[in-house]
Amino acid sequence: MSEYAILIYEDPAFYETMPPEGWGAVVEAHNEFTKGVVEHGGSITGGGALKPVTMALTIRGGTVTDGPFVESTESFLGYYTVEARDLDHAIELAKLAPATGGGVELRPLHDPSAGQL
Amino acid sequence: MNETDAAAAESGRTRAAASDRLLARVIREESGRIVAALTGWLGSLDLAEESVADAIEEAVRQWRRSGVPPNPGGWLTQAARNNALDRLRREKRYREKLALLADPTEAATFIGTRELDERLPLLFGCCHPAISPDAQLALTLRAICGLTTAQIARATLAPESTVAQRIVRAKRKIGAAGIPLRIPEGPERAARLDIVLTVVSVMYSEAHLIAGGDAAADRDLADDALWLARVVAHQLPREAEAQGLLSLLLFHRAREGARAVDGELILLADQDRTRWDGRLIAEGQAVLGKAAMLRRPGRWQLHAAIAACHSDTRDGGDTDWLQVLTLYDMLLAYDRSPIVRLNRTVALAEVDGPQAALEEVDALRQALTGYHLWHAVRARMLRHLGRRDEAMAEDLRALELTANDAERRLLEARVAR
Repeated sequence: MSEYAILIYEDPAFYETMPPEGWGAVVEAHNEFTKGVVEHGGSITGGGALKPVTMALTIRGGTVTDGPFVESTESFLGYYTVEARDLDHAIELAKLAPATGGGVELRPLHDPSAGQL
Repeated sequence: MNETDAAAAESGRTRAAASDRLLARVIREESGRIVAALTGWLGSLDLAEESVADAIEEAVRQWRRSGVPPNPGGWLTQAARNNALDRLRREKRYREKLALLADPTEAATFIGTRELDERLPLLFGCCHPAISPDAQLALTLRAICGLTTAQIARATLAPESTVAQRIVRAKRKIGAAGIPLRIPEGPERAARLDIVLTVVSVMYSEAHLIAGGDAAADRDLADDALWLARVVAHQLPREAEAQGLLSLLLFHRAREGARAVDGELILLADQDRTRWDGRLIAEGQAVLGKAAMLRRPGRWQLHAAIAACHSDTRDGGDTDWLQVLTLYDMLLAYDRSPIVRLNRTVALAEVDGPQAALEEVDALRQALTGYHLWHAVRARMLRHLGRRDEAMAEDLRALELTANDAERRLLEARVAR
């Protein structure tokens, strides 16, 4: 088993313009995902949801500036880490991840016991 | 007796210097199997592939001079195994692995029992969508077909350092990202097979460019592509699209002798059809028939069916253009790429006339304005409509955009007329 990060990129406008009752559906989608991962033979090892990108600040060479590290329409809004058998299994799990306003990036996590990157 | 044994027996009698053609045949028959077996044994595609690639470089050097040994597969396996051992000795953290490798009986059992063809799982790994298309092709040519980096560079008109870097990155990604070397099952399978078939088809069309160009590649990529299409079709007999691609390449190969004569390209309509290879055409038809019986249509079968329409016709004037156009219309349901739509306009012109075809060509202007054949096709439509000056201007533009020498000479001849 190897560990992979599923990075969720979405257009923040999707959440900003969403009516309050829409949140229930979002929470439900994430619950579905957590269940789905287990049903597909994987497991979730971590994750987190980020506050809106307007809260972001960047520190480069000690200088602090307002805004995210990279400006783009779709922002990095949250992530999961999962355990999967191989990349194809990880892709199967990542496809279940809710990212209505965008998509996800899949990255293998480095295993420190395996030596160099 | 398979091709390799036959080649070995042939060279065993004479042991004279081996031709590059013979070397290519022998090496590609063994390369993928040995890479797959060594990967299973070492647990690292990177190390396995590197060791086999070095063995192939040695083999090409030696066999070119002194001929192919009686058991080329055994020779390559032994050389690759020794290379792997040398590499491992230099790396401390493979100590335990070394103990296993140093035991010759273990190695013999592992590599000796190769009943299952492991080349296909390896091929699906090399063509994983997580790897860029250029790297998929380069890695397939090296790991499966056994081309050297220099040969790939010459065949794909890319700098050798670029090719080497693509291969290294792709192999590392397979290891680090955990890309499995297996044929996917379920809904993913068709999409993944399509990537494999696309890589084989690109391998063939790269060869097409070379055949007309001046680069003297010492491996005929068209041969390699046809060989690989056969391996895939043979190993996956229930996959209709794998049969479809094999059929398509057989039809193309059959026309090769008439398509390029003395380095000059000849258009389909002007080809001497008696130079077409009837045996390959018959095989292409048989394979396409087999694909149709599986009742799972797809784009490669439709491409093959279009090629079959031309191959069935002894005289270009008798071509059943309505059937060709109908097949293109069906193909659009699978593949709406601008190139397919452009090729369709040639059939459209024959059925509905050049004006209708020109309108369709013009609709593709934005997508294909940098593609020389778009201008060449547009010139053809304009000429049929009697708009000679505009046709000439388009032919000249096509000429400017052509990188291939044989194609340039063909266009020059047309402009001179």
